[in-house]
Amino acid sequence: MEKTWNNKAWLMVLPVLVLVAFSAVIPLMTVVNYSVQDTFGGNQFFWAGAEWFQEMLHSDRFWAAMGRNLIFSAIILAIQIPLGIFIALNMPRKGWGVPVCLVLMALPLLIPWNVVGTIWQVFGRIDIGLLGYTLHALGFDYNYVNDPFDAWVTVIIMDVWHWTSLVVLLCYAGLVSIPDAFYQAAKIDGASRWAVFRYIQLPKMQRVLLIAVLLRFMDSFMIYTEPFVVTGGGPGNSTTFLSIDLVKMAVGQFDLGPAAAMSIIYFLIVLLLSWVFYTVMTNYDVEK
Amino acid sequence: MARIDLNHIRHAYGANPKSDKDYALREVHHSFDDGGAYALLGPSGCGKTTLLNIISGLLHASHGQLLFDGKDVTRLSTQERNIAQVFQFPVIYDTMTVYDNLAFPLRNRGVAEADVDRKVRETLDMIDLASWAKRKARGLTADQKQKISLGRGLVRSDVNAILFDEPLTVIDPHMKWVLRSQLKQLHRRFGYTMIYVTHDQTEALTFAEKVVVMYDGEIVQIGTPAELFERPKHTFVGYFIGSPGMNVMPVSVEGNRARLGGQVIDLPGSPKAEGNEIELGIRPEYVRLGAAGMPVTVRKVEDIGRHKVVRASLEGREIAAILGEDDQVPADARVTFDPAGINLYDKSWRVEMGA
Repeated sequence: MEKTWNNKAWLMVLPVLVLVAFSAVIPLMTVVNYSVQDTFGGNQFFWAGAEWFQEMLHSDRFWAAMGRNLIFSAIILAIQIPLGIFIALNMPRKGWGVPVCLVLMALPLLIPWNVVGTIWQVFGRIDIGLLGYTLHALGFDYNYVNDPFDAWVTVIIMDVWHWTSLVVLLCYAGLVSIPDAFYQAAKIDGASRWAVFRYIQLPKMQRVLLIAVLLRFMDSFMIYTEPFVVTGGGPGNSTTFLSIDLVKMAVGQFDLGPAAAMSIIYFLIVLLLSWVFYTVMTNYDVEK
Repeated sequence: MARIDLNHIRHAYGANPKSDKDYALREVHHSFDDGGAYALLGPSGCGKTTLLNIISGLLHASHGQLLFDGKDVTRLSTQERNIAQVFQFPVIYDTMTVYDNLAFPLRNRGVAEADVDRKVRETLDMIDLASWAKRKARGLTADQKQKISLGRGLVRSDVNAILFDEPLTVIDPHMKWVLRSQLKQLHRRFGYTMIYVTHDQTEALTFAEKVVVMYDGEIVQIGTPAELFERPKHTFVGYFIGSPGMNVMPVSVEGNRARLGGQVIDLPGSPKAEGNEIELGIRPEYVRLGAAGMPVTVRKVEDIGRHKVVRASLEGREIAAILGEDDQVPADARVTFDPAGINLYDKSWRVEMGA
């Protein structure tokens, strides 16, 4: 069959192209633009080449924030994924408990991020916060304002509280799609509870788990609002994650060049790690 | 293998059943002989899957007793009953190989690996999948997957019975036939007690030695395919089995004659059938179309290959007759009933013809 070429079709995709250009490509290009130039204000720019990139890659401050962020994401994933699966497995499959559980689970996801930060900021205060005050009264030396460890614990618990539900809801959706016959067959085959999980539930959840891991990784790697509201990146630099550092550099110190270079490196790392997760998780069963 | 006795089994899904309507199974009292091949046949919702799940222990009956070889298993779990069951949709463990799928039920029961290997290889040969052993199960076709489901039952040599719950629903027509004959062959070779649930009469009649017809939570007839065809015990069996189903018409009986509107039909005997709910049933195969007998108006002739189905009206009621491929429909058509094919029903249940 002859193919008819009709270039008018390009017009049809134009609106999307314009939209994407304005929302993503042009801002990104601006960042690229800044990252290779230097400015002293007054709209005067000088060519700087790869200077900012070199500076960034040799900056201890950048690598320290990167390290903190990687550790944070690793801890978040290690807690939220197993906990989410565990809660999803124990949620009711029918009856009045289903809507109740779903609403309870969706609740933290509906709260604006800075409000989540504020809630925990107050909650953890040792003078008026329920958590902080109680811990103090019980004799624990808890103070997220001057103890880096306490600050980390607070930020991690806050994130677990905020985002585990997302993992739960995704896993639950995967679980309810398994037909009863699978469980019945497993009973007849004499499968243990663990075997049912390992050979029926986990394989059926694999796809949603991939999404959960990717979303949770990207979000936690780019976390800004909540720790910023609770700790402001402190004490010292102990909870200064990449995006907090980036904002300090770009808005606080107005170092546009290094900040732009950092943004690009940051972006590439998120992209690279997401790709790694995706490849590992989708190839797992193909090869074995 | 075992003999299975169902002792007045009743089952309701809701709590506190009050009337008969609340029961998915009204009352089933029946025995499945050791090594028999049975088909449970009935329309959707008649309780056949419920009965099957009660036998396998996925459900526990609300009333009654279940015996395997005389041993009470009513309260035992599925695993303790040692039953194999194949479901409507193939259940396989995607992430395992075909080999591991078959080994799974044995490994769960702690069988030594050498025995597992021997049994799995035997079973792979039985179901014709030996060359697929190392493959991942998820890439297989529906009929191969269904064979794996079956294989997971066959691999345990000591199962009490193999239950099938409409196992060929998702299989392509030409593979259905192949699988069914393989099942029959397995039954002949190894003498498993097999119970096969289906709503497809062809499947039931070709698979089973005995067909158990269920209707509305009850067993209405148990018999060989020929018995079900010749002497349906309930008008439902008459409708449900055969294509087209049995013609059923209200009559009044006087001695050895039945009166249908203005027509009189000679009966082969003098049945005891009184009351006003008497019906005469005759299969289209026994309705003779010719120049003599009761006048009918032919409405439609369907040519379905090897024979023709004639739809006509007799005393204002629909009646079907089967005609040979080359037979012609006479212009002024009349019908007679072959006495061998006449059955009488009182309140839908068959009455004996008497002498």
